[in-house]
Amino acid sequence: MAKLTQPSWLLACAIGFGISTAIAQDNADQGASVDDYREMTYGDRDANPALLVVDRGEQLFKEKRGPKNVSLETCDFGLGAGVVKGAYAQMPRYFKDTDRVQDLESRLLTCMTEIQGFDAADVTTKTFADERINEPNMDIEALAAYVAVQSDGMKLNPPADHPKEKEAIAMGEQLFWHRHGPLDFSCATCHSADGKRIRLQNLGNFYTAKDAQKTMGSWPTYRVSHGLARNMQHRMWDCHWQMRLPDLEYGSPMSTALLAFLSHQAKDAPMVLPGMTR
Amino acid sequence: MNYIKPVTLSALALIASFSVYADDMQAKVQAYIKSGFHKGKNQDPKRLEQDETLKVCSETRGKVSGEQAKAIVEREKATIKYPANGILMGNWQKGKKAFTDGFAMRIGRYEPDAPDKVRGGNCYACHAADPKELAAGNLGTNLRGYGKIRGNTWDTVKYTYDKIYNAQSVIPCSNMPRLGHNGVLSPEQIADIVSFLVDPASPVNK
Ligand code: HEC
Ligand code: HEC
Repeated sequence: MAKLTQPSWLLACAIGFGISTAIAQDNADQGASVDDYREMTYGDRDANPALLVVDRGEQLFKEKRGPKNVSLETCDFGLGAGVVKGAYAQMPRYFKDTDRVQDLESRLLTCMTEIQGFDAADVTTKTFADERINEPNMDIEALAAYVAVQSDGMKLNPPADHPKEKEAIAMGEQLFWHRHGPLDFSCATCHSADGKRIRLQNLGNFYTAKDAQKTMGSWPTYRVSHGLARNMQHRMWDCHWQMRLPDLEYGSPMSTALLAFLSHQAKDAPMVLPGMTR
Repeated sequence: MNYIKPVTLSALALIASFSVYADDMQAKVQAYIKSGFHKGKNQDPKRLEQDETLKVCSETRGKVSGEQAKAIVEREKATIKYPANGILMGNWQKGKKAFTDGFAMRIGRYEPDAPDKVRGGNCYACHAADPKELAAGNLGTNLRGYGKIRGNTWDTVKYTYDKIYNAQSVIPCSNMPRLGHNGVLSPEQIADIVSFLVDPASPVNK
Protein backbone atom coordinates (compact mmCIF):
# COMPACT_ATOMS: atom_id res chain seq x y z
CA MET A 1 0.00 0.00 0.00
CA ALA A 2 1.26 3.46 -0.85
CA LYS A 3 1.92 6.14 1.71
CA LEU A 4 -1.31 7.24 3.30
CA THR A 5 -2.56 10.56 2.13
CA GLN A 6 -1.39 13.28 4.40
CA PRO A 7 -3.02 16.51 3.35
CA SER A 8 -0.29 19.11 3.24
CA TRP A 9 -2.55 21.76 4.73
CA LEU A 10 -2.67 19.67 7.82
CA LEU A 11 1.09 19.75 8.30
CA ALA A 12 1.36 23.35 7.27
CA CYS A 13 -1.17 24.43 9.82
CA ALA A 14 0.43 22.27 12.50
CA ILE A 15 3.73 24.01 11.90
CA GLY A 16 2.18 27.45 11.77
CA PHE A 17 0.43 26.72 15.02
CA GLY A 18 3.61 25.54 16.69
CA ILE A 19 5.30 28.85 16.03
CA SER A 20 2.50 31.10 17.13
CA THR A 21 1.97 29.18 20.36
CA ALA A 22 5.71 29.11 21.05
CA ILE A 23 5.43 32.84 21.58
CA ALA A 24 2.05 32.84 23.24
CA GLN A 25 3.09 30.14 25.69
CA ASP A 26 6.09 32.03 26.91
CA ASN A 27 3.84 34.55 28.58
CA ALA A 28 0.82 32.44 29.24
CA ASP A 29 2.67 29.41 30.68
CA GLN A 30 -0.41 27.33 29.92
CA GLY A 31 -0.18 26.48 26.25
CA ALA A 32 -3.07 25.02 24.36
CA SER A 33 -1.52 24.23 21.02
CA VAL A 34 -2.63 20.63 20.77
CA ASP A 35 -6.07 21.45 22.15
CA ASP A 36 -6.65 24.20 19.66
CA TYR A 37 -5.32 22.03 16.92
CA ARG A 38 -7.63 19.22 17.94
CA GLU A 39 -10.58 21.59 18.01
CA MET A 40 -9.69 22.73 14.55
CA THR A 41 -9.40 19.30 13.02
CA TYR A 42 -12.27 17.86 14.99
CA GLY A 43 -14.49 20.35 13.27
CA ASP A 44 -14.31 17.83 10.46
CA ARG A 45 -13.63 14.47 12.07
CA ASP A 46 -14.18 12.70 8.76
CA ALA A 47 -10.96 14.32 7.57
CA ASN A 48 -8.83 12.46 10.13
CA PRO A 49 -6.29 10.51 8.05
CA ALA A 50 -6.28 7.75 10.70
CA LEU A 51 -9.69 6.73 9.35
CA LEU A 52 -7.94 5.35 6.27
CA VAL A 53 -5.87 3.14 8.55
CA VAL A 54 -9.04 2.06 10.35
CA ASP A 55 -10.58 1.03 7.02
CA ARG A 56 -7.52 -0.98 6.17
CA GLY A 57 -7.69 -2.56 9.64
CA GLU A 58 -11.28 -3.61 9.02
CA GLN A 59 -10.33 -5.33 5.77
CA LEU A 60 -7.43 -7.11 7.46
CA PHE A 61 -9.68 -8.13 10.34
CA LYS A 62 -12.19 -9.81 8.05
CA GLU A 63 -9.66 -11.30 5.68
CA LYS A 64 -8.52 -14.93 5.93
CA ARG A 65 -4.87 -14.64 6.95
CA GLY A 66 -2.00 -16.45 8.59
CA PRO A 67 -0.86 -20.10 8.36
CA LYS A 68 -4.36 -21.25 9.38
CA ASN A 69 -6.00 -19.03 6.76
CA VAL A 70 -8.82 -17.73 8.95
CA SER A 71 -10.08 -14.27 9.81
CA LEU A 72 -10.00 -12.63 13.24
CA GLU A 73 -13.80 -12.54 13.37
CA THR A 74 -13.88 -15.10 16.19
CA CYS A 75 -11.40 -13.22 18.39
CA ASP A 76 -12.78 -12.54 21.87
CA PHE A 77 -11.87 -9.07 23.13
CA GLY A 78 -13.75 -9.61 26.36
CA LEU A 79 -17.35 -9.19 25.28
CA GLY A 80 -17.61 -12.53 23.50
CA ALA A 81 -16.21 -14.08 20.34
CA GLY A 82 -16.29 -11.63 17.48
CA VAL A 83 -17.70 -8.66 19.41
CA VAL A 84 -15.68 -5.55 18.67
CA LYS A 85 -18.26 -2.89 19.39
CA GLY A 86 -17.44 -1.33 22.76
CA ALA A 87 -14.72 -3.90 23.55
CA TYR A 88 -11.83 -1.43 23.66
CA ALA A 89 -13.71 0.78 26.12
CA GLN A 90 -13.52 -2.14 28.56
CA MET A 91 -9.85 -2.96 28.21
CA PRO A 92 -7.37 -3.80 29.68
CA ARG A 93 -9.19 -6.70 31.32
CA TYR A 94 -8.61 -10.22 32.61
CA PHE A 95 -8.90 -13.07 30.12
CA LYS A 96 -9.48 -16.56 31.39
CA ASP A 97 -7.89 -18.41 28.47
CA THR A 98 -4.54 -16.66 28.88
CA ASP A 99 -5.01 -16.19 32.64
CA ARG A 100 -3.72 -12.64 32.48
CA VAL A 101 -4.76 -9.04 32.08
CA GLN A 102 -4.45 -7.92 28.48
CA ASP A 103 -4.75 -4.63 26.67
CA LEU A 104 -6.14 -4.48 23.16
CA GLU A 105 -2.82 -4.99 21.45
CA SER A 106 -1.58 -7.93 23.52
CA ARG A 107 -5.00 -9.54 23.02
CA LEU A 108 -4.75 -9.02 19.30
CA LEU A 109 -1.38 -10.73 19.38
CA THR A 110 -2.95 -13.69 21.23
CA CYS A 111 -5.65 -14.03 18.57
CA MET A 112 -3.19 -13.71 15.72
CA THR A 113 -1.11 -16.54 17.16
CA GLU A 114 -3.85 -18.77 18.55
CA ILE A 115 -6.50 -18.35 15.86
CA GLN A 116 -4.49 -17.50 12.77
CA GLY A 117 -1.31 -19.39 13.61
CA PHE A 118 1.10 -16.46 13.25
CA ASP A 119 4.39 -16.75 15.09
CA ALA A 120 4.42 -14.23 17.94
CA ALA A 121 8.17 -13.65 17.62
CA ASP A 122 7.71 -12.84 13.91
CA VAL A 123 4.89 -10.39 14.52
CA THR A 124 6.68 -8.60 17.37
CA THR A 125 9.91 -8.20 15.39
CA LYS A 126 8.31 -5.06 14.05
CA THR A 127 5.10 -3.69 15.49
CA PHE A 128 5.40 0.01 14.65
CA ALA A 129 5.78 1.69 11.28
CA ASP A 130 8.90 3.81 10.92
CA GLU A 131 7.93 7.42 10.29
CA ARG A 132 11.49 8.30 9.26
CA ILE A 133 11.12 6.36 6.04
CA ASN A 134 7.46 7.23 5.42
CA GLU A 135 6.40 3.67 6.00
CA PRO A 136 2.64 3.02 6.14
CA ASN A 137 1.20 1.65 9.41
CA MET A 138 1.98 -2.00 10.14
CA ASP A 139 -0.88 -4.52 9.86
CA ILE A 140 -1.11 -4.95 13.63
CA GLU A 141 -1.36 -1.16 14.07
CA ALA A 142 -4.18 -0.98 11.56
CA LEU A 143 -5.98 -3.91 13.20
CA ALA A 144 -5.73 -2.36 16.66
CA ALA A 145 -6.90 1.01 15.37
CA TYR A 146 -9.91 -0.65 13.75
CA VAL A 147 -10.98 -2.53 16.87
CA ALA A 148 -10.41 0.50 19.11
CA VAL A 149 -12.41 2.89 16.97
CA GLN A 150 -15.46 0.62 17.40
CA SER A 151 -15.66 2.19 20.89
CA ASP A 152 -16.00 5.71 19.53
CA GLY A 153 -18.67 7.62 21.42
CA MET A 154 -18.61 5.28 24.43
CA LYS A 155 -17.22 5.75 27.91
CA LEU A 156 -14.01 4.16 29.06
CA ASN A 157 -14.90 1.67 31.74
CA PRO A 158 -12.46 -1.23 32.09
CA PRO A 159 -13.38 -3.76 34.79
CA ALA A 160 -11.48 -3.75 38.09
CA ASP A 161 -13.10 -6.72 39.83
CA HIS A 162 -10.90 -9.73 39.17
CA PRO A 163 -7.90 -9.98 41.55
CA LYS A 164 -5.55 -9.89 38.56
CA GLU A 165 -7.21 -6.72 37.30
CA LYS A 166 -6.73 -5.17 40.72
CA GLU A 167 -3.13 -6.30 40.73
CA ALA A 168 -2.46 -4.88 37.26
CA ILE A 169 -3.79 -1.47 38.30
CA ALA A 170 -1.78 -1.46 41.53
CA MET A 171 1.37 -2.64 39.78
CA GLY A 172 0.85 -0.10 37.03
CA GLU A 173 0.81 2.66 39.61
CA GLN A 174 3.92 1.27 41.27
CA LEU A 175 5.69 1.15 37.90
CA PHE A 176 4.50 4.70 37.16
CA TRP A 177 6.65 5.87 40.09
CA HIS A 178 9.60 3.58 39.42
CA ARG A 179 12.70 5.63 38.65
CA HIS A 180 15.41 4.09 36.50
CA GLY A 181 17.74 4.67 33.59
CA PRO A 182 20.60 7.18 33.23
CA LEU A 183 18.22 10.13 33.64
CA ASP A 184 16.64 8.90 36.88
CA PHE A 185 13.18 9.35 35.34
CA SER A 186 9.88 7.73 36.20
CA CYS A 187 6.59 8.43 34.45
CA ALA A 188 5.69 10.53 37.49
CA THR A 189 8.65 12.85 36.85
CA CYS A 190 6.79 14.23 33.85
CA HIS A 191 3.16 13.26 34.37
CA SER A 192 2.17 13.95 37.99
CA ALA A 193 1.82 17.72 38.25
CA ASP A 194 -0.43 20.30 36.61
CA GLY A 195 0.62 22.77 33.96
CA LYS A 196 4.03 21.26 33.24
CA ARG A 197 5.89 21.20 29.95
CA ILE A 198 9.00 19.63 28.44
CA ARG A 199 10.19 22.47 26.22
CA LEU A 200 6.81 23.50 24.74
CA GLN A 201 5.14 20.11 24.90
CA ASN A 202 2.35 19.99 27.44
CA LEU A 203 2.54 17.10 29.87
CA GLY A 204 -0.64 15.45 31.04
CA ASN A 205 -1.02 15.02 34.81
CA PHE A 206 -2.41 11.50 35.03
CA TYR A 207 -3.46 12.10 38.62
CA THR A 208 -6.21 14.41 37.45
CA ALA A 209 -9.23 12.79 35.83
CA LYS A 210 -9.39 15.63 33.30
CA ASP A 211 -5.94 15.03 31.81
CA ALA A 212 -6.11 11.24 32.07
CA GLN A 213 -9.50 11.22 30.34
CA LYS A 214 -8.39 13.56 27.60
CA THR A 215 -5.46 11.26 26.80
CA MET A 216 -7.08 7.86 27.17
CA GLY A 217 -10.20 8.99 25.36
CA SER A 218 -8.27 10.16 22.30
CA TRP A 219 -5.99 7.22 21.49
CA PRO A 220 -5.56 5.63 18.92
CA THR A 221 -4.63 8.94 17.44
CA TYR A 222 -3.33 10.41 14.24
CA ARG A 223 0.11 11.69 15.16
CA VAL A 224 0.69 14.61 12.86
CA SER A 225 4.45 14.65 13.47
CA HIS A 226 4.67 10.99 12.36
CA GLY A 227 2.06 11.12 9.61
CA LEU A 228 0.76 7.84 11.06
CA ALA A 229 -1.96 6.39 13.25
CA ARG A 230 -0.53 5.40 16.63
CA ASN A 231 -1.84 3.12 19.37
CA MET A 232 -1.08 3.14 23.08
CA GLN A 233 1.61 0.44 22.91
CA HIS A 234 3.58 2.81 20.71
CA ARG A 235 3.17 5.67 23.19
CA MET A 236 4.31 3.41 26.04
CA TRP A 237 7.34 2.37 24.00
CA ASP A 238 8.04 6.01 23.04
CA CYS A 239 8.13 7.37 26.59
CA HIS A 240 10.44 4.53 27.69
CA TRP A 241 12.69 5.27 24.75
CA GLN A 242 12.83 8.93 25.82
CA MET A 243 13.73 7.68 29.30
CA ARG A 244 16.78 6.01 27.67
CA LEU A 245 15.64 2.53 28.68
CA PRO A 246 15.72 -0.63 26.55
CA ASP A 247 12.79 -1.15 24.16
CA LEU A 248 9.57 -1.89 26.01
CA GLU A 249 8.39 -5.39 25.11
CA TYR A 250 5.20 -5.22 23.02
CA GLY A 251 2.18 -6.39 24.99
CA SER A 252 4.28 -7.28 28.05
CA PRO A 253 2.66 -7.42 31.50
CA MET A 254 4.61 -4.23 32.25
CA SER A 255 3.05 -2.33 29.35
CA THR A 256 -0.38 -3.73 30.13
CA ALA A 257 -0.13 -2.82 33.82
CA LEU A 258 0.77 0.78 32.96
CA LEU A 259 -2.23 0.95 30.63
CA ALA A 260 -4.49 -0.64 33.26
CA PHE A 261 -3.43 2.09 35.70
CA LEU A 262 -3.84 4.93 33.18
CA SER A 263 -7.23 3.63 32.08
CA HIS A 264 -8.29 3.36 35.71
CA GLN A 265 -7.29 7.00 36.27
CA ALA A 266 -9.29 7.93 33.18
CA LYS A 267 -12.45 6.02 34.07
CA ASP A 268 -15.57 7.39 32.37
CA ALA A 269 -13.55 9.19 29.70
CA PRO A 270 -15.65 9.91 26.64
CA MET A 271 -13.96 8.13 23.74
CA VAL A 272 -13.56 10.37 20.69
CA LEU A 273 -11.77 8.10 18.26
CA PRO A 274 -9.52 8.25 16.42
CA GLY A 275 -7.89 11.26 18.04
CA MET A 276 -5.50 13.78 16.64
CA THR A 277 -2.23 14.76 18.32
CA ARG A 278 1.00 16.53 17.59
CA MET B 1 -3.26 2.01 81.03
CA ASN B 2 -4.69 -1.30 80.01
CA TYR B 3 -6.14 -0.17 76.73
CA ILE B 4 -2.84 1.20 75.43
CA LYS B 5 -1.17 -2.15 74.92
CA PRO B 6 -3.51 -3.68 72.37
CA VAL B 7 -3.43 -0.45 70.34
CA THR B 8 0.39 -0.42 70.27
CA LEU B 9 0.43 -4.09 69.39
CA SER B 10 -1.98 -3.79 66.53
CA ALA B 11 -0.11 -0.73 65.28
CA LEU B 12 3.07 -2.78 65.26
CA ALA B 13 1.34 -5.61 63.49
CA LEU B 14 0.08 -3.13 60.92
CA ILE B 15 3.59 -1.81 60.27
CA ALA B 16 4.96 -5.33 59.99
CA SER B 17 2.28 -6.46 57.58
CA PHE B 18 2.70 -3.27 55.57
CA SER B 19 6.41 -3.87 55.07
CA VAL B 20 5.77 -7.48 54.05
CA TYR B 21 3.24 -6.15 51.60
CA ALA B 22 5.75 -3.56 50.37
CA ASP B 23 8.47 -6.21 49.91
CA ASP B 24 6.03 -8.37 48.02
CA MET B 25 5.11 -5.41 45.79
CA GLN B 26 8.77 -4.67 45.10
CA ALA B 27 9.47 -8.30 44.18
CA LYS B 28 6.56 -8.13 41.75
CA VAL B 29 7.77 -4.82 40.31
CA GLN B 30 11.11 -6.48 39.62
CA ALA B 31 9.38 -9.40 37.88
CA TYR B 32 7.36 -7.03 35.66
CA ILE B 33 10.49 -5.10 34.74
CA LYS B 34 12.47 -8.26 34.04
CA SER B 35 9.96 -9.45 31.44
CA GLY B 36 9.06 -5.94 30.30
CA PHE B 37 12.03 -5.04 28.15
CA HIS B 38 13.62 -6.35 25.01
CA LYS B 39 16.99 -8.05 25.25
CA GLY B 40 19.82 -8.22 22.74
CA LYS B 41 21.68 -5.84 20.48
CA ASN B 42 21.67 -2.16 21.50
CA GLN B 43 19.69 -2.92 24.64
CA ASP B 44 21.30 -2.37 28.02
CA PRO B 45 19.67 -4.25 30.92
CA LYS B 46 22.06 -2.54 33.38
CA ARG B 47 20.00 0.61 32.96
CA LEU B 48 17.11 -1.16 34.65
CA GLU B 49 19.02 -1.54 37.91
CA GLN B 50 18.21 0.95 40.65
CA ASP B 51 20.72 2.22 43.17
CA GLU B 52 19.72 2.63 46.83
CA THR B 53 18.70 6.27 46.34
CA LEU B 54 16.32 5.62 43.44
CA LYS B 55 14.92 2.64 45.28
CA VAL B 56 13.97 4.82 48.26
CA CYS B 57 12.67 7.64 46.01
CA SER B 58 10.49 5.18 44.07
CA GLU B 59 9.08 3.33 47.06
CA THR B 60 8.25 6.54 48.92
CA ARG B 61 7.17 8.34 45.73
CA GLY B 62 9.60 11.10 46.66
CA LYS B 63 8.12 11.66 50.12
CA VAL B 64 11.15 10.61 52.15
CA SER B 65 11.44 10.72 55.95
CA GLY B 66 13.95 13.06 57.57
CA GLU B 67 16.30 10.15 58.11
CA GLN B 68 16.03 8.92 54.53
CA ALA B 69 16.61 12.45 53.26
CA LYS B 70 19.77 12.80 55.31
CA ALA B 71 21.11 9.45 54.10
CA ILE B 72 20.48 10.37 50.45
CA VAL B 73 22.14 13.78 50.65
CA GLU B 74 25.15 12.29 52.42
CA ARG B 75 25.48 9.46 49.93
CA GLU B 76 25.02 11.63 46.87
CA LYS B 77 27.43 14.36 48.08
CA ALA B 78 30.14 11.73 48.33
CA THR B 79 29.83 10.98 44.59
CA ILE B 80 30.77 14.45 43.37
CA LYS B 81 33.97 14.73 41.33
CA TYR B 82 35.56 18.01 40.29
CA PRO B 83 37.60 18.89 37.18
CA ALA B 84 41.27 17.88 37.36
CA ASN B 85 42.39 21.52 37.54
CA GLY B 86 40.00 22.18 40.41
CA ILE B 87 38.44 25.16 38.63
CA LEU B 88 34.63 25.10 38.69
CA MET B 89 34.09 27.96 36.23
CA GLY B 90 34.78 27.18 32.57
CA ASN B 91 33.82 28.91 29.35
CA TRP B 92 30.25 30.21 29.10
CA GLN B 93 30.09 29.92 25.30
CA LYS B 94 30.91 26.22 25.55
CA GLY B 95 28.55 26.02 28.49
CA LYS B 96 25.74 27.44 26.37
CA LYS B 97 26.13 24.53 23.97
CA ALA B 98 26.32 21.89 26.72
CA PHE B 99 23.27 23.47 28.37
CA THR B 100 21.29 23.27 25.13
CA ASP B 101 22.37 19.97 23.54
CA GLY B 102 20.25 16.85 24.02
CA PHE B 103 21.23 14.03 26.36
CA ALA B 104 21.99 11.56 23.54
CA MET B 105 22.34 8.06 25.16
CA ARG B 106 19.36 6.60 23.32
CA ILE B 107 19.44 2.84 22.95
CA GLY B 108 17.29 0.13 21.39
CA ARG B 109 16.17 -0.89 17.94
CA TYR B 110 14.79 2.41 16.68
CA GLU B 111 17.54 5.01 16.71
CA PRO B 112 20.38 4.29 19.13
CA ASP B 113 22.87 7.14 19.55
CA ALA B 114 26.53 6.46 18.84
CA PRO B 115 28.13 5.75 22.23
CA ASP B 116 30.63 8.58 21.64
CA LYS B 117 27.98 11.11 20.59
CA VAL B 118 28.51 14.41 22.43
CA ARG B 119 26.08 14.62 25.32
CA GLY B 120 24.37 17.73 26.58
CA GLY B 121 22.34 18.52 29.67
CA ASN B 122 19.14 19.23 27.71
CA CYS B 123 18.48 21.84 30.38
CA TYR B 124 15.93 23.76 28.29
CA ALA B 125 13.69 20.71 28.47
CA CYS B 126 13.01 21.74 32.07
CA HIS B 127 14.43 25.25 32.62
CA ALA B 128 14.24 28.73 31.12
CA ALA B 129 17.67 30.45 31.05
CA ASP B 130 18.68 32.70 28.12
CA PRO B 131 15.68 35.04 27.78
CA LYS B 132 15.99 34.75 24.00
CA GLU B 133 15.23 31.04 24.16
CA LEU B 134 11.46 30.81 24.31
CA ALA B 135 11.06 27.07 23.87
CA ALA B 136 11.85 26.32 27.51
CA GLY B 137 10.12 23.81 29.73
CA ASN B 138 8.95 24.45 33.29
CA LEU B 139 9.52 21.23 35.22
CA GLY B 140 12.49 22.98 36.83
CA THR B 141 12.95 26.49 38.21
CA ASN B 142 13.27 29.51 35.93
CA LEU B 143 17.03 30.19 35.68
CA ARG B 144 16.84 33.55 33.85
CA GLY B 145 19.14 36.08 35.52
CA TYR B 146 20.57 33.26 37.70
CA GLY B 147 24.04 34.78 38.33
CA LYS B 148 22.77 38.33 38.59
CA ILE B 149 20.23 37.34 41.23
CA ARG B 150 22.52 35.06 43.28
CA GLY B 151 25.75 36.97 42.90
CA ASN B 152 28.92 35.86 41.20
CA THR B 153 30.43 34.35 44.35
CA TRP B 154 32.32 31.18 45.26
CA ASP B 155 29.27 29.91 47.15
CA THR B 156 27.08 30.32 44.09
CA VAL B 157 29.64 28.62 41.86
CA LYS B 158 30.14 25.68 44.23
CA TYR B 159 26.40 25.25 44.84
CA THR B 160 25.65 25.33 41.12
CA TYR B 161 28.41 22.86 40.23
CA ASP B 162 27.29 20.40 42.91
CA LYS B 163 23.64 20.80 41.92
CA ILE B 164 24.32 19.96 38.29
CA TYR B 165 26.76 17.14 39.08
CA ASN B 166 24.36 15.53 41.48
CA ALA B 167 20.98 17.20 41.96
CA GLN B 168 20.16 14.91 44.87
CA SER B 169 23.18 16.06 46.87
CA VAL B 170 21.09 19.20 47.40
CA ILE B 171 17.47 18.02 47.27
CA PRO B 172 16.75 14.34 47.94
CA CYS B 173 14.60 12.71 45.25
CA SER B 174 14.83 15.82 43.05
CA ASN B 175 13.22 15.32 39.66
CA MET B 176 16.40 16.65 38.08
CA PRO B 177 18.71 13.92 36.71
CA ARG B 178 22.07 13.42 38.44
CA LEU B 179 23.85 14.47 35.29
CA GLY B 180 27.48 14.21 36.41
CA HIS B 181 27.04 11.18 38.64
CA ASN B 182 25.19 9.24 35.92
CA GLY B 183 27.88 10.01 33.33
CA VAL B 184 25.75 12.21 31.11
CA LEU B 185 28.02 15.27 31.54
CA SER B 186 31.76 15.44 32.26
CA PRO B 187 33.13 17.63 35.09
CA GLU B 188 34.55 20.00 32.43
CA GLN B 189 31.17 20.35 30.71
CA ILE B 190 29.57 21.08 34.07
CA ALA B 191 32.14 23.81 34.82
CA ASP B 192 31.31 25.37 31.43
CA ILE B 193 27.59 25.27 32.26
CA VAL B 194 28.27 26.90 35.63
CA SER B 195 29.85 29.80 33.72
CA PHE B 196 26.88 30.02 31.40
CA LEU B 197 24.65 30.43 34.47
CA VAL B 198 26.90 32.61 36.64
CA ASP B 199 29.22 34.67 34.38
CA PRO B 200 27.97 38.29 34.13
CA ALA B 201 28.87 38.22 30.41
CA SER B 202 26.52 35.28 29.73
CA PRO B 203 23.19 36.02 28.00
CA VAL B 204 21.48 34.39 31.01
CA ASN B 205 22.44 37.47 33.05
CA LYS B 206 21.76 40.13 30.44
C1 HEC C 1 10.92 13.21 30.37
C2 HEC C 1 9.49 13.37 30.43
C3 HEC C 1 8.60 12.16 30.24
C4 HEC C 1 8.62 10.98 30.92
C5 HEC C 1 9.60 10.53 31.97
C6 HEC C 1 7.47 10.24 30.46
N1 HEC C 1 6.78 10.95 29.53
FE1 HEC C 1 5.00 10.47 28.72
N2 HEC C 1 5.10 12.11 27.53
C7 HEC C 1 6.11 13.04 27.55
C8 HEC C 1 5.94 13.96 26.44
C9 HEC C 1 6.85 15.12 26.09
C10 HEC C 1 4.76 13.55 25.78
C11 HEC C 1 4.14 14.16 24.53
C12 HEC C 1 3.27 15.29 24.82
C13 HEC C 1 2.83 15.91 23.51
O1 HEC C 1 2.65 15.19 22.54
O2 HEC C 1 2.67 17.11 23.49
C14 HEC C 1 4.25 12.40 26.51
C15 HEC C 1 3.07 11.74 26.20
C16 HEC C 1 2.55 10.70 26.92
C17 HEC C 1 1.25 10.11 26.70
C18 HEC C 1 0.23 10.56 25.65
C19 HEC C 1 -0.42 11.84 26.08
C20 HEC C 1 -1.45 12.32 25.07
O3 HEC C 1 -2.46 12.88 25.49
O4 HEC C 1 -1.25 12.16 23.88
C21 HEC C 1 1.11 9.10 27.60
C22 HEC C 1 -0.09 8.20 27.78
C23 HEC C 1 2.34 9.05 28.38
N3 HEC C 1 3.18 10.04 27.94
C24 HEC C 1 2.60 8.12 29.37
C25 HEC C 1 3.84 8.00 29.99
C26 HEC C 1 4.20 6.88 30.82
C27 HEC C 1 3.30 5.72 31.18
C28 HEC C 1 5.49 7.10 31.23
C29 HEC C 1 6.37 6.20 32.06
C30 HEC C 1 6.68 4.93 31.48
C31 HEC C 1 5.91 8.37 30.65
N4 HEC C 1 4.89 8.85 29.89
C32 HEC C 1 7.14 8.97 30.90
C33 HEC C 1 7.13 13.11 28.47
C34 HEC C 1 7.46 12.12 29.36
C1 HEC D 1 13.94 16.66 33.96
C2 HEC D 1 13.99 18.04 34.28
C3 HEC D 1 15.31 18.70 34.56
C4 HEC D 1 16.42 18.76 33.76
C5 HEC D 1 16.66 18.08 32.43
C6 HEC D 1 17.32 19.67 34.42
N1 HEC D 1 16.79 20.11 35.58
FE1 HEC D 1 17.61 21.48 36.86
N2 HEC D 1 16.02 21.25 38.11
C7 HEC D 1 14.92 20.50 37.86
C8 HEC D 1 14.00 20.62 38.96
C9 HEC D 1 12.66 19.93 39.09
C10 HEC D 1 14.58 21.53 39.89
C11 HEC D 1 13.97 22.03 41.19
C12 HEC D 1 14.10 21.03 42.29
C13 HEC D 1 15.50 20.90 42.72
O1 HEC D 1 16.15 21.92 43.05
O2 HEC D 1 16.00 19.78 42.74
C14 HEC D 1 15.87 21.89 39.31
C15 HEC D 1 16.78 22.75 39.93
C16 HEC D 1 17.91 23.24 39.33
C17 HEC D 1 18.81 24.23 39.91
C18 HEC D 1 18.64 24.86 41.26
C19 HEC D 1 17.90 26.14 41.12
C20 HEC D 1 17.87 26.96 42.38
O3 HEC D 1 17.22 27.99 42.34
O4 HEC D 1 18.47 26.56 43.37
C21 HEC D 1 19.79 24.47 39.00
C22 HEC D 1 20.95 25.44 39.13
C23 HEC D 1 19.53 23.62 37.85
N3 HEC D 1 18.39 22.88 38.09
C24 HEC D 1 20.30 23.59 36.72
C25 HEC D 1 20.12 22.68 35.68
C26 HEC D 1 21.03 22.57 34.56
C27 HEC D 1 22.22 23.45 34.33
C28 HEC D 1 20.55 21.55 33.80
C29 HEC D 1 21.18 20.96 32.56
C30 HEC D 1 22.58 20.61 32.69
C31 HEC D 1 19.34 21.05 34.41
N4 HEC D 1 19.12 21.76 35.56
C32 HEC D 1 18.57 20.03 33.90
C33 HEC D 1 14.68 19.73 36.75
C34 HEC D 1 15.56 19.55 35.71
